[in-house]
Amino acid sequence: INHIVHNGGLYKRPFNEAFEETPMLVAVLTYVGYGVLTLFGYLRDFMRQWKIEKCQNATEREEQKDFVPLYQDFENFYNRNLYMRIRDSWNRPICSVPGAKVDMMERVSHDYNWTFTYTGRVIKDIINMGSYNYLGFAQNAGTCQEAADKVLSQYGAGVCSTRQEMGNLDKHEELEKLVARFLGVESAMAYGMGFATNSMNIPALVGKGCLILSDELNHASLVLGARLSGATIRIFKHNNMQSLEKLLKDAIVHGQPRTRRPWKKILILVEGIYSMEGSIVRLPEVIALKKKYKSYLYLDEAHSIGALGPSGRGVVEYFGLSPEDVDVMMGTFTKSFGAAGGYIGGKKELIDYLRTSSHSAVYATSLSPPVVEQIITSMKCIMGEDGTTVGKARVQQLAENTRYFRRRLKEMGFIIYGNEDSPVVPLMLYMPAKIGAFGREMLKRNIGVVVVGFPATPIVESRARFCLSAAHTKEMLDTALKEINEVGDLLQLKYSRHRLVPLLDRPFDETTYEETED
Amino acid sequence: MDVKSMKNYLYWLYCQFELITCSYLMEPWEKLLFYTFNIAMLVTVLYAAYIFVPGHISMAFQFFFHLFGNQHENTVSIVK
Repeated sequence: INHIVHNGGLYKRPFNEAFEETPMLVAVLTYVGYGVLTLFGYLRDFMRQWKIEKCQNATEREEQKDFVPLYQDFENFYNRNLYMRIRDSWNRPICSVPGAKVDMMERVSHDYNWTFTYTGRVIKDIINMGSYNYLGFAQNAGTCQEAADKVLSQYGAGVCSTRQEMGNLDKHEELEKLVARFLGVESAMAYGMGFATNSMNIPALVGKGCLILSDELNHASLVLGARLSGATIRIFKHNNMQSLEKLLKDAIVHGQPRTRRPWKKILILVEGIYSMEGSIVRLPEVIALKKKYKSYLYLDEAHSIGALGPSGRGVVEYFGLSPEDVDVMMGTFTKSFGAAGGYIGGKKELIDYLRTSSHSAVYATSLSPPVVEQIITSMKCIMGEDGTTVGKARVQQLAENTRYFRRRLKEMGFIIYGNEDSPVVPLMLYMPAKIGAFGREMLKRNIGVVVVGFPATPIVESRARFCLSAAHTKEMLDTALKEINEVGDLLQLKYSRHRLVPLLDRPFDETTYEETED
Repeated sequence: MDVKSMKNYLYWLYCQFELITCSYLMEPWEKLLFYTFNIAMLVTVLYAAYIFVPGHISMAFQFFFHLFGNQHENTVSIVK
């Protein structure tokens, strides 16, 4: 059932990825649900316009009514009429460290989610299936916390300057050497914000006259960086190597659009793990294509660093490849290291160039010292350099948790997207009412989940996304699975017909863009 | 306890209807409007079926009888 790709021996292990097709009845009923809600949305908008009902959302002032309307597009309509109804599943205030278990402040709404009031009660020990806490370093006690404490008393919390002026601490130099050693690259540079790492460094690498080939489902930071750079952007189908090869061939053969000159640079933007799908990039094939067509590769390992690979070094180690093949290795410290910020690793010339010409280095404040110490301590722990085997145990625990959780959910009959080895598990919900119902029912049973709806996913493919952690014990996972089973029966979420669509390896032709076959 | 399990099953079915048509998310007056509209449509369709379907079936029956069994009627009239 799961397709094993033996693409000329590029893959050293089976690549099991599956995206089960939406059942027809479920798709039709989802559209019915959205249709009903849209009709009621129009009715409520009509009533708000004619002052039959009090208008609680933002509107233009009376004097601005003749100007270009601000709130008439679909996004605002969706926001007023659909998002408001289920808004209590998001922005929930937590009041403890978001580890494996978290405390949450209870809130109620008396006017259907337009305003919230706190009851004053704190719901304790909610199993946290939503934090990107892959290796369990989100702790407020332990070696990382003690080290950060010492550094806080020594250096203070603020840096008050940019990297280029007075904000380059010796801690930053230590961190960058450590990151370079961890990744196996020549040199690395760390920035204060993960999003800004992407959006501020891609413009420094490419400009007008260059071509960016970006995956369909890339993160907003990559899209923003690509747009800011001014290069031409072409999109290839998600994880589809035939589509990427076609674009590369066209780019090399035809050159720039009007002048037919060759492109100055071709940069391929991919992510290690795509967090909405749970899919892993086909890195061996991308690297083979990159070498064949002489382009550059920018790999965003925000979710995969620390989470994949036998020793947590990311997707490059997972596939057994050499880090020298990836030109720009980017990642964040937010997910697996329990800190904040991002890094870029690569050849020494590249990083030296970025130190002088990246917007982040020149204008943005550098990382705060306690955060840097947290990263240093957690990275040393993962590498095993602090003298214990805690890091290795965590990486192995995460891999075990991932396999166990995914297998159990598939056996129960839910539709789960993505690769077998990715710790991000999207469970398909499809219908809009079930988004709100799932979030609320799981909270009633003391499990905190993240449900995702329209702007982040296609409108009919809403999902609940579980992020597994090395801090989850088997008992916590069993409890969570039991509750998910119950809620799945209550809400009829077990859509899977156990017909996993096999990934096809046939040659790409003009008429077929899909990986599925009827 | 068959009545209780039957009631639970019917309640669960009602919950599924609420989830699918998104009336789970509606405020009470919207639910009232939605259910009134649905029940009115359903009653209209059932009433129209009650009035017209027997007539339509008998007309269809006569049509097919006329199509296949016309000789039978003719012989009856000649004998008369």
